[in-house]
Amino acid sequence: MELSGAEIVVQCLKDEGVEYVFGYPGGSVLHIYDALFKQDAVKHILVRHEQGATHAADGYARSTGKPGVVLVTSGPGATNAVTGIATAHMDSIPLVVLTGQVPTPVIGSDAFQEVDTVGITRPCVKHNFLVRDVRKLAETIRKGFFIATTGRPGPVVIDIPKDVTDPNIKIPYTYAETVQMRSYNPTQRGHLGQIKRAVDTLLGAKRPMVYTGGGVILGEASAELTDLVRHLGFPVTNTLMGLGAYPGTDRQFLGMLGMHGTYEANMAMHECDVLLAIGARFDDRVTGKIQHFCPHAKIVHVDVDPSSISKTVHVDIPIVGPVKAVLEDMLRVLKEQGSEPDREALAQWWAEIEGWRAMQCLRYDHSSSKIKPQFAVETLYKVTQGNLYLTSDVGQHQMFAAQFYKFDEPRRWINSGGLGTMGFGLPAAMGVKLAHPEAEVACVSGEASILMCIQELATCRQYNLPLKIVLLNNGYMGMVRQWQEFFYGSRYSHSYVDALPDFVKLAESFGHVGMRVTEPDRLEGAMREAFGMKDRLVFLDVVIDPTENVYPMIAAGKGHHEMHLSPERELA
Amino acid sequence: MRHIISVLLENEAGALSRVAGLFSARGYNIESLIVAPTEDPSLSRMTLVTTGNEEIVEQIKKQLNKLIDVVKLLDLSEGPHIERELMMVKARAMGPGREELKRLADIFRANIIDVTDTSYVIELTGSSRKLDAFLRATPKELLVEVVRSGPSGIARGPKGLGL
Repeated sequence: MELSGAEIVVQCLKDEGVEYVFGYPGGSVLHIYDALFKQDAVKHILVRHEQGATHAADGYARSTGKPGVVLVTSGPGATNAVTGIATAHMDSIPLVVLTGQVPTPVIGSDAFQEVDTVGITRPCVKHNFLVRDVRKLAETIRKGFFIATTGRPGPVVIDIPKDVTDPNIKIPYTYAETVQMRSYNPTQRGHLGQIKRAVDTLLGAKRPMVYTGGGVILGEASAELTDLVRHLGFPVTNTLMGLGAYPGTDRQFLGMLGMHGTYEANMAMHECDVLLAIGARFDDRVTGKIQHFCPHAKIVHVDVDPSSISKTVHVDIPIVGPVKAVLEDMLRVLKEQGSEPDREALAQWWAEIEGWRAMQCLRYDHSSSKIKPQFAVETLYKVTQGNLYLTSDVGQHQMFAAQFYKFDEPRRWINSGGLGTMGFGLPAAMGVKLAHPEAEVACVSGEASILMCIQELATCRQYNLPLKIVLLNNGYMGMVRQWQEFFYGSRYSHSYVDALPDFVKLAESFGHVGMRVTEPDRLEGAMREAFGMKDRLVFLDVVIDPTENVYPMIAAGKGHHEMHLSPERELA
Repeated sequence: MRHIISVLLENEAGALSRVAGLFSARGYNIESLIVAPTEDPSLSRMTLVTTGNEEIVEQIKKQLNKLIDVVKLLDLSEGPHIERELMMVKARAMGPGREELKRLADIFRANIIDVTDTSYVIELTGSSRKLDAFLRATPKELLVEVVRSGPSGIARGPKGLGL
């Protein structure tokens, strides 16, 4: 088969089994767009801004585990995509981003729409390539998918100069079955000796704790994690990225940990004697002040990325390997040994944990005449019964959603954890909906975040994506306002979102349904009505109490035991 | 502590900037970095000198290994090794100082590789400490220009850093 570079790009996507490409055309990718036009196996979703393309591909990837694919033009096309690439990079999401580049003879001459895409994206990709020769194109794309999806996943950028896709230059095409790279061989199994040491340590624990992150979801190890935790009878907490890896409604689940985590999760972290960390990276929002982090614990850490181990917190028993394989081995070793954890000590430990849980750290005011954001998320949970893919933007609404929506399955909670990218939620929800057309998909957002990628409402209209947008509208950049209230003497410097649009009219102008709720007792009815409109995007503007803050909270630089539960309930 | 790390890199455009970018992005110290092709044209060899406590150096090595273009890495400081750096010094060589400079070069087993009526270029190879010692021994007012390659190194013994 003889193909041009442009045809090779499209053929490679077919051979990778790519369903959707999220993109935006422009000069240097016109040959590729022409090749896309002549086929219908790979469907192209035209976004309204390249940031939306990367977030949509990201949402697709997070909800399926398959790589998200993006196609944008050179220059501003590539720079607009950078925020989405960095978002995916921080959360280890597999993306393959194809960027057009000016023709090779003019690279470096400041040509029209030229930027050094490889240089700009280098710090925020797992790897990137500039393809200078059409004969290297298929091989490079094959490598790109391989690198993006194996080991610790991440985004790969492939920069393709326009002349490399010249429709008049045809070369023989083959797509390699396998990829061999001498410089890239992700670990396939954990070290058995280390796994045995870890198991012995876990069995010897009196006050164990399991802390898991996004790696369990990325590594498809939720079932193994659940088996292990249930087998051991240990308490478990998930990070913001790890929610859904262990069933959120299970008794052994203590809720999310960290800055806005639950009292019981954070206290159990602080008091535990053995910590089993799985697919988590000891992020600063999780650990709080490092010096106060799990001061009594021997730490076992399972991660596929060796550089995650002992990066910020010293680990006693490191295990490098894919979490699924390691957890399988752990379970096998446990069952072979036939030994039991110290049930008596565990019972005492659980009694202590139940004491912390009884503090009801997520309690809030139910008598308010205003809609509390917590109530809004609880109502969303009630209406959807947990049967939902929920994306979010970044800020207070994200934390309320993480605290109050219970995720029983992985890949259901989709948010920008590491980079904290406002504007992520709506385009990500588009990617989720395309991947799961039969499922309910909602985006919980704030009035500040949603405006950052509001143009994607047009994409939703074009492709009939009946998302439900639940806007927790408090008229502020809530999290910024909260910090200004706590740490800047209530000087609300530029955190008030003045001159907001009428979101109902805005939704309608894009061809969607807009609704507004201001009273708590009307909320559930409105949500039921919204979710009842199966084939329409409904933008539900929920006007909430503007003064509500996210609690519990560990202030930056404090330890897990130094939580604030609420303004009324300060802890010693 | 000072570490001298040898890295085999894919000889690809941009590989060097990935390493340099890693050090600046993560705030690691870098004292010197040299890179040149090897007998295998598909590989470059880089030698870099960095400082930091054991945890930081461990992270540096892990982060380097994580780069897709890095094929192999060896911390030479972990075992017996030989370190060499090349230095060229342009110095004023006039009057009685001219003879003194020649003697100093001889003591350090340096070569004088360029001579004018008023100057020498002195070439010196050795460990970085030896080069430092030569500079300390040379009167400051005589120094016109100093060029150092940065150290490169190789492990002692029969084993080689290869694929």
